[in-house]
Amino acid sequence: MTYKENSEKYIENYNLSIGDTIKVHKEDISYTGILLDRPEDAEDGFLVLKLSSGYNIGVAIDNTTAELVEKGDKPKIGYDESEIPKDPSKENISVISTGGTVSSVIDYRTGAVYPKFTASDLVKANPELLDYANYNVKALYNIFSEDMKHEYWVKAAEEIANDISDGADGIVIAHGTDTMHYTSAALSFMLKTPVPVIITGAQRSSDRPSSDANINLIDSVIAAKGDIAEVCVCMHGSLNDNFTYLHKGTKVRKMHTSRRDTFRSINAQPIAKIENKKININPEYSYTKRGENELEVNTNIEEKVGLVKSFPGISKDFIEYHIDKGYKGLVIEGTGLGHTPNELIGSFKRAKDENIPVIMTSQCLYGRINMNVYSSGRELIDAGVISAQDMTPETAYVKLCWALGQSDDYNKVKEIMQTNIAGEFSVKSSIKDFLN
Amino acid sequence: MDYNELGLKMGLEIHQQLNSEHKLFCPCKTELVDDDYNELIQRKLRPTQSELGEIDRAALQESLRGLNFKYENFEKHTCLVENDDEPPHSLNEEALDICITIACLMNMHIVDEFHTMRKQVIDGSNTGGFQRTGMVATDGYLDTPYGRVVIESLGLEEDAARRIETKDGFTEFRLDRLGIPLAEITTDPSMHDPAQVREVAYMLGQILRSTNVKRGLGTIRQDLNISIAKGARVEIKGVQDLDLMSEIVEREVQRQLVLIDIKEELEKRNAEVLEEIHTLDDLFVDTESKILKSAETIKAVVLKGYNGLIGREVQPGRRFGTEIASYAKKRGVSGIFHSDELPAYGITQDEVDKVTEFLNIGDDDAFIIVAHDEDIAISALEEVKRRAALGLEGVVEETRKALDDGNTEYMRPLPTANRMYLETDIPLFKITEDRIEPIANNLPELPDVKQARIIKEYKLSEDLATQLVKRQEADMFEAILADVDVDATPVASLLAYDLREIKREGYDVNILTLEHYKGIFTLLSEGKIAKDSVRKLAVETIKTPDDDIAEIAEKNNLTMMSEDDVAKIIADIVAQNEGMVKERQMGAMGPLMGMCMKQLKGKADGGLVNKIVREEIQKLI
Repeated sequence: MTYKENSEKYIENYNLSIGDTIKVHKEDISYTGILLDRPEDAEDGFLVLKLSSGYNIGVAIDNTTAELVEKGDKPKIGYDESEIPKDPSKENISVISTGGTVSSVIDYRTGAVYPKFTASDLVKANPELLDYANYNVKALYNIFSEDMKHEYWVKAAEEIANDISDGADGIVIAHGTDTMHYTSAALSFMLKTPVPVIITGAQRSSDRPSSDANINLIDSVIAAKGDIAEVCVCMHGSLNDNFTYLHKGTKVRKMHTSRRDTFRSINAQPIAKIENKKININPEYSYTKRGENELEVNTNIEEKVGLVKSFPGISKDFIEYHIDKGYKGLVIEGTGLGHTPNELIGSFKRAKDENIPVIMTSQCLYGRINMNVYSSGRELIDAGVISAQDMTPETAYVKLCWALGQSDDYNKVKEIMQTNIAGEFSVKSSIKDFLN
Repeated sequence: MDYNELGLKMGLEIHQQLNSEHKLFCPCKTELVDDDYNELIQRKLRPTQSELGEIDRAALQESLRGLNFKYENFEKHTCLVENDDEPPHSLNEEALDICITIACLMNMHIVDEFHTMRKQVIDGSNTGGFQRTGMVATDGYLDTPYGRVVIESLGLEEDAARRIETKDGFTEFRLDRLGIPLAEITTDPSMHDPAQVREVAYMLGQILRSTNVKRGLGTIRQDLNISIAKGARVEIKGVQDLDLMSEIVEREVQRQLVLIDIKEELEKRNAEVLEEIHTLDDLFVDTESKILKSAETIKAVVLKGYNGLIGREVQPGRRFGTEIASYAKKRGVSGIFHSDELPAYGITQDEVDKVTEFLNIGDDDAFIIVAHDEDIAISALEEVKRRAALGLEGVVEETRKALDDGNTEYMRPLPTANRMYLETDIPLFKITEDRIEPIANNLPELPDVKQARIIKEYKLSEDLATQLVKRQEADMFEAILADVDVDATPVASLLAYDLREIKREGYDVNILTLEHYKGIFTLLSEGKIAKDSVRKLAVETIKTPDDDIAEIAEKNNLTMMSEDDVAKIIADIVAQNEGMVKERQMGAMGPLMGMCMKQLKGKADGGLVNKIVREEIQKLI
């Protein structure tokens, strides 16, 4: 129960429980309804009642008395463990949930949304999934996207590797959208995979009839059965409910706070478009085919890496702080081609002297780092700052974490950062790759 | 009909658009748009897990049928919120305050905290698949000449998107109306007399109109709840015309009575709807019926014991068969053929006999034919079977649509009450005493009260007062007269009649402010302009609203002449017509007045002209 202080006392005093039908008497009116729980962040001193009309109202408890009308059942949401039929002629797809909103269920009586994740629940919400594959479903953890941590990437990579070893023909990961592109980058560096690993989510939660979860999920399963054996993000391609894009895990970024088509390939084109249940692969794109790679897992990762955005007037304290605090690496979101105020250069030199690699990315997001054009850029190079080329700041950040997990030698890390591991950068900038 | 004996019970539900500046949960204007849209967005809705219950492919397929939508988006008039691509903004407090005003006028109890709920609606009229709605107040009342009526609840909710057309498997909606705040007023279902329902609807309309609500076609929608003791609750949507209320009630009661009668007869006959769907394609190979000939397949079901009852009239011009057909139509067919109406529509007696023989049915039995594509025909016949079988239960709980002639037509099943849950994107909204008190202490006057007072206080004609109130100009009228000591009638007449004409001529009358009006009527009260010039001065003021009113009058030659100048002009005219005056004596008064007024209209008061003309004539005779 999330009632606090006064309300909690009031409820205890009258010996009431959530789910009971109660009557609250005010001076000139009485309300009868089911006592519901209250959002955690809401003000104390109110009860939430669901009236027989279905409406909820808040009743201030001051100067009221309450009585129990009928004891109610505590709302129970049971996980459905019933067996889902397996069809031996179909592929086996492993679905791993990390706590996104792809599958959750609403209790209409109380209005609470429960994250549910059993195969049966998933199939129940999306019965047409049965047309495409057999499913092995598990909830790996249940966190908000913004609470994602490095250790969860490791856990996910290991879980995926296990499932692939156990014979999964493809992996679908349900993920919150906020940090999806960090996870897709992390898995891209940690895994060499013989099967597709598809990350998907929803911008509108699945308890709504307008949710984008169903289409994203089905297209992800189609991608997971397909031939592109890479870590990809599969999400809505437009505001319409008619196609999704498959983006390379290291080139994708969330670009809008709320639109369905928020995920975009940055400095790249989507690998494929999935429309009417068919994958149309971008002909200009050469991809790793199913079975081409042996499964390899490398989850070594350094957590103490910082990401700092440059801005007019930024003080060198921002850099000094990270060095003083023992950070092992630093990604800078510089301005334009990859610049920072002159004041910071001394700090970058100090970082290099202390064996801390500093990677330059651009807050423009689109385009390539080039520190040769202006003298300030050349000074950064002289100070040991390493170019991230056309990587997004987020991908560069994840890559640096991973690179520092491989070695603590500055030169070795620099070499890794400049080697294309998972298609994270390209050497050529196409006229097409802007604002699309 | 003795309504009391039949146990007739009625309740009203009224939806009224509020005239707030912005929509309920986004900053878009609350105006409808007739521009071309900028973008058409294509969406699907699907029932959520809880609605489906178990894994049922067939049920899902069925529910997904027809859930393809297109939404007309506008760069200027709509935003990402209507499009379900951005979470709702905070609750529009202006709309809430209008609801608080309405609640106070209906003696209601306002809730301590407003919770926005999501009510599932998957017909596409809400992009999210739910309507946002919340309870503002409960338990009020209205005293009517027929006794007290309890107002059960007042809700504040979003209006739905406008349906434009259904074509090629998509239903297209315009997003302009979605999110306009609506007040939903529900009375308890305790009214027994249609005249009382009409009176309550009228009174509620009066109350709403005294507050800041939208006017005009489609801005208020009245639904009627109705049942009789042996029948079932039916909700009739969209009763536009209050005068039609009694007719609708009478016809609905009649419908329920006939359905009860049909039920009893079906029971007597041990009637039964047979499961099997028959294919009749072979029987109609050479048919003359155009509909049957062009259809992919012709299918039929057998209704044992229904013969003669499908053709029974339930409302004037509507049969039990029409009720069944309206269910089938929801599955995409344009109609059904039932045995009670055949032979007809190009189907011959010979063909009817062949069908009867093929289906092997007896004299008491009936059949229904549907001709369409295979899956649609089957789906429609499933609905036919369902509705026909419901005939054994008498009256079915339904939402029906009011038709123009007083009949009603099936729309959908009654919604279940509890399909509502909290809109988690919007914080709970505490309604404090500090918010309610100033509103409760400044309640608007109800229109009829205001009208009566204005007539008495300003000695206006009833018609002028009615128009002032109806056109929402009464407040402006009183504000002008509070500051300017002038005859009330020309003020009322400009506001009530002339403004409308001026607007029709293409001028934006909203440009005129209280200050403009005060300027115009100050000139009138000081005798500087004539009554006849008020309208013209108003038009000229709209053209140059920043100029000084006296200057506008001057520039446009609307200022009155001095009495001396007037006398001089009249003296000239009379002098020129000396011959006529001599000949006709006072009989020249008429023609001379005409000549003078022609020259002095708007420059001199008619009474003054009359007086001077008379004096001038008398000088000559």
